[in-house]
Amino acid sequence: MTKIVVVTSGKGGVGKTTTSAALATGLALRGFKTTVIDFDVGLRNLDLIMGCERRVVYDLVNVINGDANIKQALIKDKRVDNLFILPASQTRDKDALTQEGVETVLDALRDDLQMDYIICDSPAGIEKGALMAAYFADEAVVVTNPEVSSVRDSDRIIGILASKTRHAEQGNGDIPARLLLTRYSPERVEKGEMLSVEDVQEILAIELLGVVPESQAVLNASNAGNPVILDTDSDAGQAYADAVARFLGDELPHRFVTLNKKGLFGRLFGG
Amino acid sequence: MTAVVDENTILEFKGRMLMMTVLQLNDLDPGQLHQQVSQKLDEAAQWLQEAPVVIDVANYVDADPVSLLAAVDTLRGLGVNLVALARNERLDAETAAMLGLGSISLLGGREVSRRNDSNGKQEESNEAEPLETLVVDQPVRSGQQVYSRGDMIVLAQVSTGAELLAEGNIHVYSNLRGRALAGVRGNSKARIFCQQLNAELVSIAGHYRVAEDLPEQHRNQPVHLSLDGEAMQFTALK
Repeated sequence: MTKIVVVTSGKGGVGKTTTSAALATGLALRGFKTTVIDFDVGLRNLDLIMGCERRVVYDLVNVINGDANIKQALIKDKRVDNLFILPASQTRDKDALTQEGVETVLDALRDDLQMDYIICDSPAGIEKGALMAAYFADEAVVVTNPEVSSVRDSDRIIGILASKTRHAEQGNGDIPARLLLTRYSPERVEKGEMLSVEDVQEILAIELLGVVPESQAVLNASNAGNPVILDTDSDAGQAYADAVARFLGDELPHRFVTLNKKGLFGRLFGG
Repeated sequence: MTAVVDENTILEFKGRMLMMTVLQLNDLDPGQLHQQVSQKLDEAAQWLQEAPVVIDVANYVDADPVSLLAAVDTLRGLGVNLVALARNERLDAETAAMLGLGSISLLGGREVSRRNDSNGKQEESNEAEPLETLVVDQPVRSGQQVYSRGDMIVLAQVSTGAELLAEGNIHVYSNLRGRALAGVRGNSKARIFCQQLNAELVSIAGHYRVAEDLPEQHRNQPVHLSLDGEAMQFTALK
């Protein structure tokens, strides 16, 4: 049974694409056949984060328009088995996305290619691209930064998810939406410069999938075109691995949420 | 010259939100208009004679001042309480003035459902019936708007940027961070109850307070809001 997951946020620059790449890679590492689709038509980024930008031939819009079939457009990841990337078109705009077209692509991934998971990397905003990315989703991951404008935009998106998905329109109720808090810095929370996990959860009132710390590793990973989840030594990589485990139903305590207090030895020997 | 505050001023400016009915006319043929409006009136749509009505002919490109004048006469003859003409590219304030109407822009307004639109006949005996109460058990998110023709009971939080509109009372058994407008059709006896008052705006029958003007001691507290004349009363809920 194929699951379609939308990674969304409302606001831009909060880490949707980083999260989509990490989530898709993490699911593929667990053995699930996974495709990650870039819905940000016109502002293509996912291929860079996934490090496959030099292998793009066809894109989502080509498949929708029938210029290529899905097998021709899918890029197979070189590092992880079972992982496929469907890039966005850079030369078109979001009007090129049609509901029927997106449905055809998703149907092909489900029925012909037997994907376990399809991760839809939503563009920012609440316009057509974002609505198309979310429409067919069975589940949502809402990416939020711990600051007020990001939280408000996420709240808006959660509201839209509750009414503008196929599930909702068919009267099957809301799709489950879970929160991924990114760029979190316990130091800055302590100083009162950032909203805490509790603050954000109180406002959004949805289940917490994970907290990813602000980390140089994310930037390094993006620059190198390596999903950060593959950097297993990094805090952000581990946080994403935890989030993937929780996504699949494991119960894990949340790490990277509180400030690291120096242990006894650290204090004795001046750390 | 320095400004002098005149203690005997006869003026006072007040903000007031009022609902107006927009009568959208897709044709101005006086015969048809007379027939259809009188039919509405026969169906006991008395509100047409009471509520302030704005004429909107945006959908009718051939609306010229002469045919408008005939339509306005017809409507007035039937007792419709016309107050203004909706402005558009073709119809300016001058045209409105010629028709003896105010000129108004509909751009700033927002649509709410009309209470007694079509089922006018049933409305007659409606007074004895209890007003419908809307129960909302999901969070009301930013950008969402909920309207109740009677009371509204919200069992989950109301986010900043969300809006509750009720013709009756509003109860929020959670954190109210958005806007709550009770008595939107003018019921000044309507009240607002909430567990935690962090609203952006509260309003009863058009008398409103914005977040900045909420009394500090009631912020984030369980509180009950009512209207005493034109003043909003805040009472702590014990």
